[in-house]
Amino acid sequence: MAGKNIIEVTDGSFDQEVLQSDVPVLVDFWAPWCGPCRAIAPVIEELSGDYEARLKVAKCNVDDNPKTPSRYGIRAIPTLIIFKGGNVSEQITGAVAKSQITAAIDKAVG
Amino acid sequence: MKMNDIYDIAIIGGGPAGLTAGLYAARARLKVILLERMGFGGQLLTYEKVDNYPGFPEGIGAFGLSELISAQALKFGLVTRNAEVTDLLVDEPIKVVRLADAELLAKTVVIASGASPNKLGVRGESEYTGRGVSYCAVCDAPFYRNQEVAVVGGGDTAIEEAIYLTKFASRVHVIHRRDQLRATRIIQERALQNDRISFILSSVVTEIKGSGEQGVDRLTIREAKGTKIDELPVSGVFIFVGIQPNSGFVPTEVDRDVFGFIRTDQEMKTSVPGVFAAGDVRVKELRQIVTAVGDGATAAFNAGRHIESHL
Repeated sequence: MAGKNIIEVTDGSFDQEVLQSDVPVLVDFWAPWCGPCRAIAPVIEELSGDYEARLKVAKCNVDDNPKTPSRYGIRAIPTLIIFKGGNVSEQITGAVAKSQITAAIDKAVG
Repeated sequence: MKMNDIYDIAIIGGGPAGLTAGLYAARARLKVILLERMGFGGQLLTYEKVDNYPGFPEGIGAFGLSELISAQALKFGLVTRNAEVTDLLVDEPIKVVRLADAELLAKTVVIASGASPNKLGVRGESEYTGRGVSYCAVCDAPFYRNQEVAVVGGGDTAIEEAIYLTKFASRVHVIHRRDQLRATRIIQERALQNDRISFILSSVVTEIKGSGEQGVDRLTIREAKGTKIDELPVSGVFIFVGIQPNSGFVPTEVDRDVFGFIRTDQEMKTSVPGVFAAGDVRVKELRQIVTAVGDGATAAFNAGRHIESHL
């Protein structure tokens, strides 16, 4: 499901790939049975190209990796979280328009 | 601007109505573009299964159906673009569709931008969205395995989603402000036979409560025609209290009702010549996939006629 600029993160790789990342990371928490997750997939794909090296884009399948979403109290998908320096910087719940996501990214990326 | 840069039809929205308008326009060999801000399917993507779309006696998965509808339109040459419409100018015979990074010209426009779920409008709702408050059972039900949840609403969507939630939740409380449900009979019958569903009728939710850490843990409920207040411990609340049109970008020349739904005649014509509306975004009684696709076909057909006779 991940495109060429998107990495898949797991419960095992989350700390290293996301929390210890030098650049902000947008994590898309999704699952295969979630229609709205599929709806925003093309938007996430686009975003992974738009910011180049200034933003890392990752997907986390909540079905295969239940620990990470529960760590962040996620009880709805899609949930997008932007992590900056290991902390939650912005959080968006549900399928929203690209403009709303870029506004959140711009705040975090600066 | 050269004439061949002008589209015959610009369709706004890639749900069943927009995709069907695209199918008919593409088959009529019109120069058509469909604009969708997310993936194809619209509200269809928030459902699990569709039981009332003719041709599928066993029902069909909602996502599968949306893929079939889009594949059929694309097969006939429908051109699509992933973009959000920010503005629409309709005061000239050639309409202008503004996107974040571009501007398109079109002889006709079909607005099929659909609708979004209404908010309940109570305290705690936005605070706990994503942490106990949900508008999509198919998305979020698996987070409530063996827990008690509430569904607010009494229409088709509310009752169907309540039934879906019983696959995961240990108990589903349906809270409805009227003394009887509004849902289609066959859906009501299924819910009444489901022993995991209980009904709290003639009642309204006045507040969603919880703790910052854990999210929702209870609701405050009041009698609809009284003052008696109760608390209901639940770890989630699913809200299905109607929809609002996605018509914020539509200019004021296009006549709408008080809720923002676009008025059309039976040819899907709006108050502005050359501008059509189809599907859930327009004023209508029965908002279903089967009526949306009919609207889409009618809108595309009449857009074609408009081009022939006016432009």
